[in-house]
Amino acid sequence: MTDIIEVKNLTKKFGDVTAVNNVSFSVAKGERFAFLGPNGAGKSTTIKMLTTLLEPTSGSIIVDGHDPVTDSSAARSSFGIVFQDPSLDDELTAWENMDFHGVLYGVPAKERRQRIDELLKFVELDDRKDSYVKEFSGGMKRRLEIARGLLHKPAIIFLDEPTLGLDPQTRNHMWQYLEKLNEEDGVTVFFTTHYMDEADRVAQRIAIIDHGNIVAVGSGAELKAQTNTETLEDAFLALTGSEIREEHADASARMRMMRGRR
Amino acid sequence: MFRTIYIMWLREMKRFIRSRSRIIGSLAQPLLFLLAFGYGLGAVFSAAGQGNYIMFLAPGIIGMSIIFTSIFNGVQVIWDRQFGFLKETLVAPVPRLAIMIGRTLGGASVAALQGCIVLVMTSFVGFHPYSWPLVIPAILVMLLIGLLFSALGIAVGSLMRDMQGFQLVMNFLVQPLFFLSGALFPLKGAPMLLTIIARADPLSYGIDALRGFLINGSTFGIGLDLAVLAAFSIVFLAMGSYFFSKIQA
Repeated sequence: MTDIIEVKNLTKKFGDVTAVNNVSFSVAKGERFAFLGPNGAGKSTTIKMLTTLLEPTSGSIIVDGHDPVTDSSAARSSFGIVFQDPSLDDELTAWENMDFHGVLYGVPAKERRQRIDELLKFVELDDRKDSYVKEFSGGMKRRLEIARGLLHKPAIIFLDEPTLGLDPQTRNHMWQYLEKLNEEDGVTVFFTTHYMDEADRVAQRIAIIDHGNIVAVGSGAELKAQTNTETLEDAFLALTGSEIREEHADASARMRMMRGRR
Repeated sequence: MFRTIYIMWLREMKRFIRSRSRIIGSLAQPLLFLLAFGYGLGAVFSAAGQGNYIMFLAPGIIGMSIIFTSIFNGVQVIWDRQFGFLKETLVAPVPRLAIMIGRTLGGASVAALQGCIVLVMTSFVGFHPYSWPLVIPAILVMLLIGLLFSALGIAVGSLMRDMQGFQLVMNFLVQPLFFLSGALFPLKGAPMLLTIIARADPLSYGIDALRGFLINGSTFGIGLDLAVLAAFSIVFLAMGSYFFSKIQA
């Protein structure tokens, strides 16, 4: 199978803080890939580099055959993304948010209308398409963001903690959509989560990142075998230790200050 | 490129038309200025041999509503950052320049629209343009002023990380630009220092051009006004595009 994402020796430094340290991994086309790690381990920084929002300090990235740094426009067309925090326009309706996205991504008008209707039906929001997003619950917003991320038929969909704060019903539904999409259309799914059961059930392969380094890659079963544990949660704790990462709040606050200074 | 500019512009327009409270709120201030200054100082103004103060003041108040609306609109980049929508536009496969231009045009249109509403409002307190056909170039000047300050707002908004800086911008940028622009008083015969400051303030030229078209009362000459406005617009557009393109999420 060919690789759709290739990361080699990727490093990101914010001043003297190394958020991502010489990381290499690859994701196969059509794979469901989970990217796990404690808070501040470098997950979001890595996703931001993969999705052109941050420039790496060093190392190389290929996303669907394109370099996000030198060929950002082509790389951007190849993926959809659901961010950790909502990124919808609250003052627009669900339909308008979708339409806005479709125009930005150059989806032709006729196809756009058709796909918007299809996708809103797919995430069960078609009856609310003319409601303002500010009237939506957290779960509805997340569903709308997934629908939006898929509008331009991306080869890859990135999801950064997509199920954070959602109830089990909504989470289940969301993974059903995504697995269906992955199986039927071959969309590569790259996600992060703190719910280990979710990662174990959904992902075909899992990478665990800690302190900016990848400490393990493999299927859920492989990781459990490697650490001689029963559950992925135990495997995760065995690989990353059980202490709480207070120091990383400090590191990310410093990162924010540094960026503010620039 | 054009579809990006269009959709960004459309978004600004939709947001403006839908926020009725914002439209009404932004009309309260010009109305207050017109009533308090226009009627309050009108007698003094004409006693000093300067003619009808409402006629002089109205273009200045139109300029005021445009600078407030357009800078506010530009600085909304911070809101978009706070509410996350900025990221949606930053990962889109379109040039940042197109996003910035669409936003600027949207902000300028909203500001010019607001200027027109204020123009209508001034007619209720006794203002009337000396020539109706010249209202059309006056509206184009409104657009140009809006363009200039939307771009400035985006430049400033791109540099700020949070909303705390917003009040600072309003107090240390917008208020001085407005009060020192000659919107409220004639620059002819003003103290030297004030004249020099006003001459460095792009809003002075915007308001002067509005006076030129609306009451045939330009001090600098409309040609110079338009040249200065265009030059400032280009500089601020370049600055705005540069700082906006440097935004990293």
